[in-house]
Amino acid sequence: MRIRLNGQPHEAPDNSTLADLLRDLGLADRPAAAEVNRTLVPKAEHASRRLTEGDEVELVTLVGGG
Amino acid sequence: MTNHPTTTRDTDLGSARSVPPPPPSYPEPGLHSLTIAGRTVRSRLFVGTGKYPDFPTMQAALDASGCDVVTVAVRRERLYNDRGQSLLDFIDLDRYLILPNTAGCFTAEDAVRVARLGRELLEQLANPGAGWVKLEVLGDRKTLLPDPVGTLEATRELVKDGFQVLCYTSDDPISAERIKSAGAASVMPAGSPIGSGQGVLNPSNIVLCLELLKQGDPDYPVIVDAGVGAASDTAIAMELGADGVLLNTAIAHAKDPVTMAHAMRKATEAGRQSYLAGRIPKKRYATASSPLEGAISYIPGE
Repeated sequence: MRIRLNGQPHEAPDNSTLADLLRDLGLADRPAAAEVNRTLVPKAEHASRRLTEGDEVELVTLVGGG
Repeated sequence: MTNHPTTTRDTDLGSARSVPPPPPSYPEPGLHSLTIAGRTVRSRLFVGTGKYPDFPTMQAALDASGCDVVTVAVRRERLYNDRGQSLLDFIDLDRYLILPNTAGCFTAEDAVRVARLGRELLEQLANPGAGWVKLEVLGDRKTLLPDPVGTLEATRELVKDGFQVLCYTSDDPISAERIKSAGAASVMPAGSPIGSGQGVLNPSNIVLCLELLKQGDPDYPVIVDAGVGAASDTAIAMELGADGVLLNTAIAHAKDPVTMAHAMRKATEAGRQSYLAGRIPKKRYATASSPLEGAISYIPGE
């Protein structure tokens, strides 16, 4: 299925969860916060949050800033 | 020079002569900790983590600044490029409270989203900064001046959501007062535009902000955020009575960031002490420090 990930088109296996996506991207063990369709999904819900075609996913982390 | 046989005793005396004795240590009055958003911090200097030449320099500068709170930004993961070093590998999470900002947000809605993402990240890191946010809602790309309406909307929304909002704003006293009324844990008026290095452009407005915000609430924390270019600017902000100073570029872009961080630490303390000690009033004419009485010289007009 096709989703949008951080503003770019992204192909993810059907029935993936948010946790699957993070694992496939190598982010499972890193601090990463996720939004699906502009709503935050807490880490505790990553494994149960199933993604669907057209979902807009944002994955963010902390960077230097003032 | 005569060659003396070296004994342990001579060596000790020799080194004692060549190295000056350490300066006497004075008890430092007035450098009390600051309570903000229900937490006590030792240092009144808040330092950003952006724009350093490299992470080790940032790490050394943060250490030299003596700060307890550091700001960070929330950004998309780089998914396809080489990720390289991560900021978090260079920040001691047990030492610093991490204050995530909403920099780059131009609407209240985006700022609220970013604040929530920041809280989620800090909860994952189990850092006490979880639930704190340095709120910025910007109104214009070129000046990065705050949007007063969006700032107020986002403050209300985030306070409702349980956040401790440390709010970047202009130096307009009425905006500052409105933000406090909306429930912000701290109002942070800008000295001058972000990264501009112009220092405190309108000291009179900062003083009015302080007066309004602290009326009947003297412990309400007010932090001058943005615009600092050199240590003297930090000292001026503190001397006006600000409870703290938040800066980034002045250290990160200094020729020598670590030395500037030392200067900023001392300027924060010097400015605080100067404020507490109380400046003398400004006068048009001179007042002699040495008595004229008893002078043997000719004094015009006497």
